[in-house]
Amino acid sequence: MNPITDIAPQLIRGLGTTVTILIASAIFSYVMAFIAGLCRLSKNIFLRKFTGLYIEIFRGTSLIVQLFWLYYAIPILFDINLPSNWIIGVIAIGLNYGAYLSEVVRGSILSIAPGQSEAATALNMSSFQRMRFVIFPQAIRMMMPEFGNYTIQMLKGTALVSLIGLRDVFYYGDIMRSTNLAHAPLIYVVVLVFYFILALPLIFLTRKAESIAKKGVAN
Amino acid sequence: MNGNYWSWERFSEAFPYVLEGLTTTVAVTISTFIFAMIFGFVWLFLRRIPLRPVNWTVTWIMEFIRSTPPIIQLFFMYLAWPVVPYVGVTLSPFACAVIGLGVHFSTYIGEIYRSGIESVGKGQWEASTALNLSLLDKWRHIILPQAIPPTIPMLGNYFIILFKEVPITATISVQGILYMANTFGSQNWAYIEALTIVGLILLVLSYPSAVLIRKLEVKMNTRFDKNAVIKKINKGVTS
Amino acid sequence: MAEPIVRYQDVHKSFGDVEVLKGIDLDIYPAEKVAIIGPSGSGKTTIIRMLMTLEEPTSGDIIVDGTNLWKMEKNGGLVEANEKHLRSVRGDIGMVFQHFNLFPHMTILENCMTAPIRVKGEDKQEVEEHSIQMLERVGLGDKIHNYPSQLSGGQKQRVAMARALVMRPKIMLFDEVTSALDPELVGEVLEVIRDIAKNDDMAMVLVTHEMDFALDIADKVLFLDEGVIAEQGTAADVIEHSQNERLQEFLSRFRG
Repeated sequence: MNPITDIAPQLIRGLGTTVTILIASAIFSYVMAFIAGLCRLSKNIFLRKFTGLYIEIFRGTSLIVQLFWLYYAIPILFDINLPSNWIIGVIAIGLNYGAYLSEVVRGSILSIAPGQSEAATALNMSSFQRMRFVIFPQAIRMMMPEFGNYTIQMLKGTALVSLIGLRDVFYYGDIMRSTNLAHAPLIYVVVLVFYFILALPLIFLTRKAESIAKKGVAN
Repeated sequence: MNGNYWSWERFSEAFPYVLEGLTTTVAVTISTFIFAMIFGFVWLFLRRIPLRPVNWTVTWIMEFIRSTPPIIQLFFMYLAWPVVPYVGVTLSPFACAVIGLGVHFSTYIGEIYRSGIESVGKGQWEASTALNLSLLDKWRHIILPQAIPPTIPMLGNYFIILFKEVPITATISVQGILYMANTFGSQNWAYIEALTIVGLILLVLSYPSAVLIRKLEVKMNTRFDKNAVIKKINKGVTS
Repeated sequence: MAEPIVRYQDVHKSFGDVEVLKGIDLDIYPAEKVAIIGPSGSGKTTIIRMLMTLEEPTSGDIIVDGTNLWKMEKNGGLVEANEKHLRSVRGDIGMVFQHFNLFPHMTILENCMTAPIRVKGEDKQEVEEHSIQMLERVGLGDKIHNYPSQLSGGQKQRVAMARALVMRPKIMLFDEVTSALDPELVGEVLEVIRDIAKNDDMAMVLVTHEMDFALDIADKVLFLDEGVIAEQGTAADVIEHSQNERLQEFLSRFRG
């Protein structure tokens, strides 16, 4: 069995699902991260506690459990029959990593020296302007490497969606394996290489982000 | 929620059933962690070989294992390893879980060891040379006593991450809490109740541990020189 | 004499259980140069940080140009000021910090331009010209596109002064601006302050350990000791005629 002519074409059929789920859940998680991260820093105690609850629930349990739970609960809660579980995969991965990343957002903002905010106050900036022009641009640089790392984790997480019936790269690999048991090792290795190739650009972007974060912040 | 979809009766029936899997989940977690801690040394030593090609190869193998889904690595151990020529043997689901997840996590643990050693400043090495300590004494009395403490909270973090990762072994029929929940769910059409219990168990065990480790971390940070920055490596590991 | 531009009335400040300032009464007049001296921990910095709205007084009033800084009128009574009120009052005040606090992600020029454009809504072209002018004035006309990390401490502090000047404040606060500098860089920063003191008609408040410099340029010197103003007057008054033993002891440490 030839990995390039026999296995790869089969796996490519699942590439669309894997990549679209990754992109959609990454965007969703980034949005959640900023919303939740800023809510955690809010002066409103209710908002802070409520967001804290979301974060601890999703960080304190497993992605696979959340995925299954939402798979059974979403159709009931919203009384709908989804044409595909794609959206469930995106919601589960997005909420899970949104929770982790919100702590990155919060930590980066808190790590900016208080003198920065004081200087902005001395220039009579409003609290929004302090955030927008002074704190945020610096905090973003510090967040980038962790966002890269977590995006790689999300890619790994997408392999779970085959468990709720989505036809991703892992799904097609596993189908092939079930009809070619003797070639199982080769098939799985090719599947893993597929994921690694998808991860490579993320790995390089993360390293780049690390080097940027390392230099840009000294006062 | 509609009474048809959530029943406290089913919930209380499911509870002892799911709980039966906890011993297995915890046993897998502990065994895997021990395996990963031992295997982490292998990476540590391999990376210290002062030959560029070796170093490069080892780094990329680690990167490969780390950036690909652990669930596929588990499937590989479970379904493909037995047919690998010459070395292949059939392993129990438990053994597959320990080796599959163990190797995956060992790549992170190896990095933790490395960061611990790197956190010991260059001056400490030079000072121990200046004192003419033997290689063994240098490691035993100077380097390791400083390198190990800062790694402890990091190892603790990874233990919790691993604990939350172990439920994926249900897919290769390791009979932990998630496996039990799925079984109960399919027999009684009570997935939501059973899965909620799994979530609660994970939360109840992981949250206090995480708080404890955060405290430990703060303590360590004040005890050791802040300039000896422990390189933070990928915090979350997930399938 | 004109009305004071800043007036402190029985201002107290505590951090936790520690009372740092125990009733400060102080008038600062337009264009007046005030130096605050005293042992470390006496609360010098806190005095100006409250004026910059970085620290809220525990009790007492600070009046800026006739307006109460930390209290505002609402329904006929005085209530704690909100951000909008603070912003409307502190616009006339600028501050230079001990640790410069330049924005590391912006060039020198951007450091100077951001606030006038965003906060005061001034025309970009004019702000740019004005900023370059101020940077040239502090001797950094050739560095406008550099980032703060590429500058020495003295250069950073000079940028910080240009950044404050571009806002055209009526009151400038200097918080131990030379304490974080290497000794050989102190001179260049003091030169800029001297230039501002001589040529600009803004009020200046300097918290400093550079005793000779402070006494040289100040119209009024305050000696702060244990949370109160123990002595105040012209430099000559304070140095030559003061009977305050603690002040004499403090001064003698600076002139061996």
